[in-house]
Amino acid sequence: MKDFELDSHSPKGSLEDRWTQHKFNSKIVNPANRKKYTVIVVGTGLAGAAAAASLGEMGYNVKTFCFQDSPRRAHSIAAQGGINGAKNYQNDGDSVWRLFYDTLKGGDFRARESNVFRLAELSSNIIDQAVAQGVPFAREYSGYLANRSFGGAQVSRTFYARGQTGQQLLLGAYQAMSKQLAEGSITHYSRCEMQDLIMVKNHAKGIVSRDLITGKLETHMADCVVLCTGGYSNVFYLSTNAKGCNTSAIWRAHKQGALFANPCFTQIHPTCIPQHGALQSKLTLMSESLRNDGRVWAPKRKEDCDKNPEDIKEENRDYFLERMYPAFGNLVPRDIASRAVKLICDEGRGVGHEIEGQKLGVYLDFAQAIKKLGLEAITEKYGNLFEMYQRITSEDPYSTPMRIYPAVHYTMGGLWVDYNLMTSIDGLFAGGEANFSDHGANRLGASALMQGLADGYFILPTTVSDYLAQQKPFDPERKFPEAEKALKAAQARLDRLLNAPDPQKTPDDFHRQLGQILWHACGMAREKKALEVAITEIQQLNQQFWRQVKITGTDTELNQTLERAGRVADFFELAELMCIDALAREESCGCHAREEHITEDGEAQRHDDDFSYVSAWQYSGNVSLPTLHKEELHFEFVRPNTRNYR
Amino acid sequence: MIFTLHIWRQQDSKSEGYFEQHEIDVDEGTSFLEMLDALNEQLIVAGKEAIAFDFDCREGVCGSCNLVINGTPHGKHRATTTCQQYMRDYVDEKELWIEPWRATAFPIIKDLIVDRTAFEKIIQAGGYIDIRTGSAPEANTMPIQKQVADEAFDSATCIGCGACVAVCPNASATLFVAAKVSHLSSLPQGQMDKQRAKKMMIAMEGQGFGSCSNYRECERVCPKEISVSNITTMNKLLYQSS
Repeated sequence: MKDFELDSHSPKGSLEDRWTQHKFNSKIVNPANRKKYTVIVVGTGLAGAAAAASLGEMGYNVKTFCFQDSPRRAHSIAAQGGINGAKNYQNDGDSVWRLFYDTLKGGDFRARESNVFRLAELSSNIIDQAVAQGVPFAREYSGYLANRSFGGAQVSRTFYARGQTGQQLLLGAYQAMSKQLAEGSITHYSRCEMQDLIMVKNHAKGIVSRDLITGKLETHMADCVVLCTGGYSNVFYLSTNAKGCNTSAIWRAHKQGALFANPCFTQIHPTCIPQHGALQSKLTLMSESLRNDGRVWAPKRKEDCDKNPEDIKEENRDYFLERMYPAFGNLVPRDIASRAVKLICDEGRGVGHEIEGQKLGVYLDFAQAIKKLGLEAITEKYGNLFEMYQRITSEDPYSTPMRIYPAVHYTMGGLWVDYNLMTSIDGLFAGGEANFSDHGANRLGASALMQGLADGYFILPTTVSDYLAQQKPFDPERKFPEAEKALKAAQARLDRLLNAPDPQKTPDDFHRQLGQILWHACGMAREKKALEVAITEIQQLNQQFWRQVKITGTDTELNQTLERAGRVADFFELAELMCIDALAREESCGCHAREEHITEDGEAQRHDDDFSYVSAWQYSGNVSLPTLHKEELHFEFVRPNTRNYR
Repeated sequence: MIFTLHIWRQQDSKSEGYFEQHEIDVDEGTSFLEMLDALNEQLIVAGKEAIAFDFDCREGVCGSCNLVINGTPHGKHRATTTCQQYMRDYVDEKELWIEPWRATAFPIIKDLIVDRTAFEKIIQAGGYIDIRTGSAPEANTMPIQKQVADEAFDSATCIGCGACVAVCPNASATLFVAAKVSHLSSLPQGQMDKQRAKKMMIAMEGQGFGSCSNYRECERVCPKEISVSNITTMNKLLYQSS
């Protein structure tokens, strides 16, 4: 493995001018030559579809891949709440600087100033782009765009399309991509999963893919590869992610040399529907926007926990977020709200179903909001979310409070990228949730859609072009022995999965066990001893997996059991790295709460002198012994202070 | 709750399909797809091949899941995708017949999985607003009446699952096409393309879907309650552009 210097390639100078200057300094490919370059985009959610559409439109030859049956199914579609844009339409004091500051502070000062500022700067263009594409954002009676406020912000800058903002934005990007498909600038492969990255002399030059219908392995060569394959919350088994979301693409890239940054930074979202049974396959998120009007509470006394919530008197209710954080109240950032809910349930004041002997849930109550704003206003704002809740729980949130509990929702960690969104592998880019770039140790609400689209529409088209301008297009006639080798390795891995020596248990069975270990050791609270134990347990379970995983069917047909097994195998290795990362970061910051580093008030205790860096892990050939590289974070424009939402 | 399941099995697009019978015991809080997950785990442990079916988000918005349950696309509970059906909805039933979407334009890939690429082709024929990345004007330049925006949203909420096709005696995709056409063409940004409806309808026919003869079954099974009034809107546009 070569040793590399971890250079973020962040531009210098005044923050406002950096992106503009950087674009000017970027090279462009002559339009007549663009057709000669091939770009592979793996994953066609918000970031991938936006990047593919834009690159196709610019004239490059784009090849896209997704495991779903259509790009329109990507999990970006499930984002409910909204997308931030620093438009200041509400005249409430918003600005690019404020969005920049809120994002950096929300991330507990563990992100790069340059990247975050660029994100805030582009937020406005994204709204323009989406509206022009026909995204039906909510509007006021004046006909102008409506906004709402969202967790962690004191201004209203969130644009939304009822509770389906992600769906509408994804369809916008998907339609833009469809146009390019019709024009022939994009060739798309659905039901096709990346198996490995093809490296040619330390450059990313292609991928091995598996056609999920026929099982056929193929190699695709290109001038560069862009991974927009989403996050890895499903490592916990139960999460709010779609069932198919996985880490395989970025994990294979990691094993080819791409550094993995801040793997332990995983966001636990406070407002999810609590788990109710053992067969449960996933958790469902209720949009954070509900906290705008809903009040979070738990009974003051343990003996009230089994009562009907309506029968608990006002004076016996503890509106704990309002009590603990009077300034932000129910709108504190996600990590803070999640930990508060855990604290209440750990005290034995939780409500609802008992899971492993503990009631895991608190109330989110709309009674007051309905009284104040009227049933119609609440239905207009949250109707579809209430319906969804009722569908799942068979309880009516209009008449009885919802029950919520935190669940894994988003991963801030991901492949390490520089300012150009290029990973530590030359020619390999990562966009959207697949990279680690902008959210530090905690992501603010309505920022994921913003980042995915900033990466896809605006950043990658510039930086990928700049990269290509410095390369000669590859010769499609040339045979690459590296591709043959990668193909054989992918086949060998499938064979190994299918031929476990002592097949007994299903891939899901192993996945559930892994999720349990990780949730307890590397979930909402982390502690040295527990992490060390978890690492050993994960290693043992991983060995057992390769001995005992049972997969029926073959690799030359559609085989969902085999697909799942391949993804679970990667989750095992990632889970270990997450624990190693959590163990090494001896501080608390954002989502990462180390029990040893909590203030007397129960707040996260950062140690800026020792840990103001991005942890970027290099695969060493042994999953259990990765090498840590540190990218120091320098703050020139803001002073990292203690987050205070009181 | 114990159910007898009759599940469609088909090795690939060329093979003959058949119903396979299974029994399963689940509690009523289990979702329909979780019931199938449980069955699949039992099958794998017993050394048999798992039943292939499509799913992803499991919260009713991605449009992947698509089962015909006792003759109804998506199942008993109205305005709900398959993944959001719960076994408690089936307390009164003992036997469940589970089949894939059936339409010439949606060939079966395996078991309960069908190929919906035809929908992609329809969108590619004109289901977009042509705007180059980065060339959009300031978003508030053009106010849009709230009612117009709300109606556009109602059409745009289509998840492209194909239940409308599965239930239609003609296997027509008219509701799918109409939803996209009225979403885009009712907004000022999308009014430029006067031929959108025509292009998409031609693509629909080309993909092997039938024509609409007003059965209105599509509206009944649509998990997103897309109204057939979208078809009226589209027909008006078709008339204007011809």
